[in-house]
Amino acid sequence: MSSAKGNTMRSALGVARGRGSAKTGAADHWFAERIGGIALVPLALWFIFGAVIGNQGVDHATFQAWMGQPLNATLMILFILAAFHHGALGAIVVQEDYIHAPAVKHVTVLLTKLFAIAGALFGTVCVLTLAFGG
Amino acid sequence: MVEFSLPPKSRVKPGKTWPAPAGAKNVKTFRIYRYDPDTGGNPTLDTFHIDLDDCGPMVLDALIKIKNEIDPTLTFRRSCREGICGSCAMNIDTDNTLACLKPIEEVKGDVEIYPLPHMAVVKDLVPDLTHIYAQYEMIEPWMKTDTPTPTSGERLQSPEEREKLDGLWECVLCFCCSTSCPSYWWNADRYLGPAILLQAARWVFDSRDEATEERLDMLDDPFRMYRCHTIMNCTTTCPKGLNPGKAIADLKIAMFERTG
Repeated sequence: MSSAKGNTMRSALGVARGRGSAKTGAADHWFAERIGGIALVPLALWFIFGAVIGNQGVDHATFQAWMGQPLNATLMILFILAAFHHGALGAIVVQEDYIHAPAVKHVTVLLTKLFAIAGALFGTVCVLTLAFGG
Repeated sequence: MVEFSLPPKSRVKPGKTWPAPAGAKNVKTFRIYRYDPDTGGNPTLDTFHIDLDDCGPMVLDALIKIKNEIDPTLTFRRSCREGICGSCAMNIDTDNTLACLKPIEEVKGDVEIYPLPHMAVVKDLVPDLTHIYAQYEMIEPWMKTDTPTPTSGERLQSPEEREKLDGLWECVLCFCCSTSCPSYWWNADRYLGPAILLQAARWVFDSRDEATEERLDMLDDPFRMYRCHTIMNCTTTCPKGLNPGKAIADLKIAMFERTG
């Protein structure tokens, strides 16, 4: 994209202004990405060392009892929500960067959001089911 | 989508070779991108052999020597030859910089010179800056006030307020930074790029300006400012040693702080 003007006869300033500023809270998206990233540092460490390595080799009943502890269940749900939220925000930015056909981009961004919501919900339900004795 | 290879008509082919002058002992090879819209055809890489004992120390000196003595059709922008006008921005030895500030001796091996990356080329080393100038015009780079001019004739600011403009006012608009930015390469139609955002910061953080709200509103967009992914090529390449990456970060913080 060197000359954004292409074949249009619109003025250069008109092309640069385009449809104007979206004013849809882009700062929130940017800030949420940072906060999610920071939150995932301790949560991911807890997940790897506390949840996965700490429970290596245990039987189902022991793991269920571990997950039944409110702190563990809460941290696990927080990890799942933060991971899907942060992952979706990052994936959306990549798509906005690289997909220049608006119709394709809007569909893939929507699918990304739906996938993140469904995945986070499914993970949460799994944790609750296990924690409450399913 | 992203372009990973040049379109067939933009691919660079071998060009002419100009021999070193007879008796030259300190010869440096310059390979320079050439494109002539009048003759058509693909761009070429011409090779010039320059006697450094008979040439100034900077890359711009060599370009002027080539134009004066070897090939007068070589086309490039230049004016002040001392890093103030920003005209001679080009890609030298894989970095965007000002030819007048780049010593030839800093380049190991042959000196390869291309126009600023990912811009339409008008001719040889001259990129088309129409769009980026329009983006500059868009941010309205002049002081906007509702308060009438004080009778003293000056709008005052404290030394602390003035300090906030340091690192911003020095920009010479050479666009080395914007044309080094992958985000600007892919999304120049909507992303303003580091040069224009640094200029926007220069007015947002000017204590005398009264249009901060309007200026931040203009930037409150996922593309205009938030395509910056802190890659920091801008700061690495700036021939004036400025930090557009920090200017953009300061704008993002200012934008966020007004939300709550």
